[in-house]
Amino acid sequence: MEVRVANVRKEFERFPALHDVSLDIKSGELIALLGPSGSGKTTLLRLIAGLERPTRGKIFFGDEDASQKSIQERNVGFVFQHYALFRHMTVADNIGFGLKVRHGPTRPPAAEIRRRASELIDLVQLSGLEKRYPAQLSGGQRQRVALARAMAIEPKVLLLDEPFGALDAQVRRELRRWLREIHDRTGHTTVFVTHDQEEALELADRVVVMSQGRIEQVGTADDIYDTPNSPFVYGFIGESSSLPVKVENGEIWLADRPIGLQAPHASEGDATLYFRPHDVELLDGCSGCIAGTVVASRRVAGTRRVELEIGGERQRVEIELPVDHPAAQKSRVAFRPGRWKLFPPA
Amino acid sequence: MTTAPAQAGWRFRQPSVIPGFGLTLGFSLAYLTLIILIPLSGLIWRSAALGWTDFWAIATDRRTVNALQISFGTAFVAAAVNVVFGTLVAWVLVRYRFPGRRIVDAMVDLPFALPTAVAGIALTTLYAPNGWIGKLLMPLGIKVAYTPLGIVIALIFIGLPFVVRTVQPIMEEIDKEVEEAAATLGASRFQIITRVLFPGLAPAIITGFSLAFARGVGEYGSVIFIAGNLPYKSEIAPLLIVIRLEEYNYPAATAIAAIMLALSFLMLLIVNLVQTWSRKRYG
Repeated sequence: MEVRVANVRKEFERFPALHDVSLDIKSGELIALLGPSGSGKTTLLRLIAGLERPTRGKIFFGDEDASQKSIQERNVGFVFQHYALFRHMTVADNIGFGLKVRHGPTRPPAAEIRRRASELIDLVQLSGLEKRYPAQLSGGQRQRVALARAMAIEPKVLLLDEPFGALDAQVRRELRRWLREIHDRTGHTTVFVTHDQEEALELADRVVVMSQGRIEQVGTADDIYDTPNSPFVYGFIGESSSLPVKVENGEIWLADRPIGLQAPHASEGDATLYFRPHDVELLDGCSGCIAGTVVASRRVAGTRRVELEIGGERQRVEIELPVDHPAAQKSRVAFRPGRWKLFPPA
Repeated sequence: MTTAPAQAGWRFRQPSVIPGFGLTLGFSLAYLTLIILIPLSGLIWRSAALGWTDFWAIATDRRTVNALQISFGTAFVAAAVNVVFGTLVAWVLVRYRFPGRRIVDAMVDLPFALPTAVAGIALTTLYAPNGWIGKLLMPLGIKVAYTPLGIVIALIFIGLPFVVRTVQPIMEEIDKEVEEAAATLGASRFQIITRVLFPGLAPAIITGFSLAFARGVGEYGSVIFIAGNLPYKSEIAPLLIVIRLEEYNYPAATAIAAIMLALSFLMLLIVNLVQTWSRKRYG
């Protein structure tokens, strides 16, 4: 089912949580809402579910206006960060709940509900645990039950609110891969909220980056990572370094020296240069480069991260070097960013 | 080759790393012995002096049987009523924010603090045939004061806080997300309450019931004013004990007390077993 969010605004007691947000979600797509806390990502998810009502704007499921429908009528599957399982019900009863509460002819017979529950238990790889209570399961198992419970009602959309947030790193990675598999197999349109960029980039078809109640950028992992369209996205996704620069005659200047980067289309005057610490070219001599004094050097996993002080203003930037690179021993390092972008001064 | 020793049938639960298990357990046992066990065994001791035939005669005396029926019957009905309305009061206090909520919240505890005789006299004044409420009920043919119904009303008053105060904290712990999850799955408001919320509260409600019931069985002060105390009709067992004491008939008094003790213990034991069972299930 396609989901279209059209010009939605949401205020909580006059405080705006979302400003005029629009988003098109394609049928069968796996979408991540990514942002820091307070960015409005959970609010957007809850609006789609019908757990909140928009102050303005509409939400469409296909061609149907869902914004006037109650939560019960929307038929969405929602998975909560803290599972929200019914603790007095067994795993099988939890999963069958959504079918059992149906009325009249839409309610399948008991045997059918049982069959469907056991199918889903197999799908989420919890066979043999049907009779357990949630208290007898691990965190990862509980979240699987929650997902099976949400899928039992054949939802139009599957919505997951920080589904792996309460789990430890190992289980998280495992469940992430597993969720992707399940999605590929079942093809539900799925939206999940996360503040973990690695999770979003690895798992989602498209990532929606949000900040302060607005959508900053929507795109594939490659789009978002390689061509961030705002300083926020540059800073939020992956590592980034920035320097205040000046554009003169299509050339970028750092203080009183050109650094060898051409920016023919940039507007003249002050700007901020963004680049990735790992995407730099190290240079020997320095005519047309950025040079700085090494003030700190840290080993981070497979690379060495070096902090440099640049120019008289002592601007600090970070770059990454291969672990065994001789430049790490030197007191002065010269480099030029590979891929970079200019934004108006902060 | 050694094999693991067979597990003994009885074993202390593995004590935690926090020291003092032996000391605290010893103290608890000594304390309970001093405060509860010694007085109660004194009671049994005294009634045992009676001899089996006499004891049986007292136990099966119609006045005793009626008094016990009235005590346990009214306490049961009152506790059942309190379970329904006490849960409702707790619901209102937990779920809604309204002006004066704190005052209502404090009011729930008043039956704890008020001398029970005061409550009894106040209720009697209200429900007597010429009292404010009694006057209105009279034409309908309902007599409250000086009947078992009056006893039930007094016990409802006394028992309410027990239910509210045991259910309230558990209700506060209910995760809003659980209700939201049920709603997204298509459950109506009514289904959420009956299928999701209520089963989760059941253990607390059972505890509240047993506390209110136990309190009702033993209640004396408020009941004697409103009950009318007609032998065979509205005489409660604790009053009968006092009457026997005033007649210096100590063996009869202790015999009735021992029977009450046994019955109460049995009922609380059953409630506790139900609790253990439900706790095991819900973890």
